[in-house]
Amino acid sequence: MSNKVIQAMYNDDDILMDAVKEVRAANHHIQEVYTPFPVHGLDKAMGLKGTRIAITAFIYGCIGFVFSIWMMNYMMIEQWPQDIGGKPSFSFIQNMPAFVPIMFEMTVFFAAHLMVITFYMRSKLWPFKEAENPDPRTTDDMFVMEVSVEGNEAELVSFLEKTGTVEIKVTEK
Amino acid sequence: MSSHYEAPIRRPLIVGDKSYHDITVEVAAPVEGKANKLWWTAFIIALVAFLWGVGSIIYTIGTGIGVWGLNKTVGWAWDITNFVWWVGIGHAGTLISAVLLLFRQKWRMGINRSAEAMTIFSVVQAGLFPVIHMGRVWNAHFVLPLPNQFGTLWTNFNSPLLWDVFAISTYLSVSLVFWWTGLLPDFAMLRDRAVRPFQKKIYSLLSFGWSGRAKDWQRFEEVSLVLAGLATPLVLSVHTIVSFDFATSVIPGWHTTIFPPYFVAGAVFSGFAMVNTLLIIMRKVSNLEAYITVQHIELMNIVIMITGSIVGCAYITELFIAWYSGVEYEQYAFLNRATGPYWWAYLLMMSCNVFSPQFMWSKRLRTSIMFSFFISIVVNIGMWFERFVIIVTSLHRDYLPSSWTMFSPTFVDIGIYVGTIGFFFVLFLLYARTFPVIAQAEVKSILKSSGEQFKKLRDGNHE
Repeated sequence: MSNKVIQAMYNDDDILMDAVKEVRAANHHIQEVYTPFPVHGLDKAMGLKGTRIAITAFIYGCIGFVFSIWMMNYMMIEQWPQDIGGKPSFSFIQNMPAFVPIMFEMTVFFAAHLMVITFYMRSKLWPFKEAENPDPRTTDDMFVMEVSVEGNEAELVSFLEKTGTVEIKVTEK
Repeated sequence: MSSHYEAPIRRPLIVGDKSYHDITVEVAAPVEGKANKLWWTAFIIALVAFLWGVGSIIYTIGTGIGVWGLNKTVGWAWDITNFVWWVGIGHAGTLISAVLLLFRQKWRMGINRSAEAMTIFSVVQAGLFPVIHMGRVWNAHFVLPLPNQFGTLWTNFNSPLLWDVFAISTYLSVSLVFWWTGLLPDFAMLRDRAVRPFQKKIYSLLSFGWSGRAKDWQRFEEVSLVLAGLATPLVLSVHTIVSFDFATSVIPGWHTTIFPPYFVAGAVFSGFAMVNTLLIIMRKVSNLEAYITVQHIELMNIVIMITGSIVGCAYITELFIAWYSGVEYEQYAFLNRATGPYWWAYLLMMSCNVFSPQFMWSKRLRTSIMFSFFISIVVNIGMWFERFVIIVTSLHRDYLPSSWTMFSPTFVDIGIYVGTIGFFFVLFLLYARTFPVIAQAEVKSILKSSGEQFKKLRDGNHE
């Protein structure tokens, strides 16, 4: 099987949504949809699974929280306990209230940065990465649906033309 | 159309007959066009002020902190005043981008990008002051718990000043990634429109290869939501911790439990004023009146009015508690604040922060652009004086009457302060010419629900 795809272009998000539903109902495989802005409900219409990135943020936050406790316990209590302002640092639990602000900040720091890094890695976003949108207009006002060609190509093209597309292109991937 | 329903009573957030393409063109216009004379004039003034500040900073570092107006009694004055002022200004950006996102306020989308830019630029200014005040700036990394040749020499995690280091650096870095993640699709838009190869290269680099896949958008929205959820308590914690710098000390006038909420409200208050100052000019200069509407300005004025009143309540509560405490030192600190040698600063603070926002109860005044601009400047002056009053008047008459003194700034104090204002505007003006100043991808997503022509179409049809 060739890696042929049909790129159907739409100029409206509502037409695109209807088209996505029709194409899925007709059992064609949508490889990808490129849109200039987040179209709400598109991921569900395409049958994409929900993202688990919020769960990773929670885990990263927990790591940051535990790390901050370990760090402050090691630096303030274990390695070199001092008597600062008549408040000796011999017990973590007794000194803990003073550590709360930094526990909080480290939790947020880890959760936010590691989640964003995870997002960039998973979505392949980094400096010097080449953009992969098939047409420059997809960041302006055009919506592109890529449907893989399986079986009769001409039939698929005429089917897609009926979904309200404004431009259609067959390319090798 | 039914999926884009919005109550007819809500006024449109995008004025005029706009298509998706119009939004692209109008947001890209300031970047693709040439700067006019006004921009160059503003830029050169800001640059000169910035260079004056750089000179003053170099002089301070070369000679020592003695070149400032500080003395034995008033050991903290303009430096910390400016620090708190700038950090406070930053808060509005996060409030708009994070808190209003959680509350699903669509009006944030026209202004969030510039407000976040303001946050980042003003926190940069704020960060300069504690670093310069260290004197030996080359040892600034000592504030971080880094392994060093002394082995067991760590930072003191009991110190509110160290909490501040963690709070401000977390705040700055998280705001930066929040801002940048939102910028990716808009940089991609500029990249795909760029004609000149150099521009194309720069914007491809900045856009991290954003392609706008459905999965990317799904993650993008989730990441924005989680970042907003993290940034909301973060922004509250930052000014809370800034207030701990004072509240955990034993100085009468500082040692009060009301400080955290009072500082946070004040920060939001001054920040919204600065957003108004910047956006009222930008919407005009960059022809963005269709996206930053009078309604946006009105809503920000309401926030200013509410937070200004909260700050007013805090001032009065402080006075009441000082009297009610029965503690002579506490009572004197506040009596001296209001009627002592710095009475004029106190009066300025009261009139700018508590009195002037009350004009916003009037619909006519809060929808007047000129008046909003005027009040935004007044509030910024008032909030600077609030910090000056809290800091200097609490210190200048300390425990020994023999060491009572006054504080007066030297030309170096003034130079550094003016320099940071210059630096801030240098950054903001460069931003306004090179960055997509409106989150156009997000604005496009609300065009059909909140755009004027779509609302008219829908209301006409009686769906």
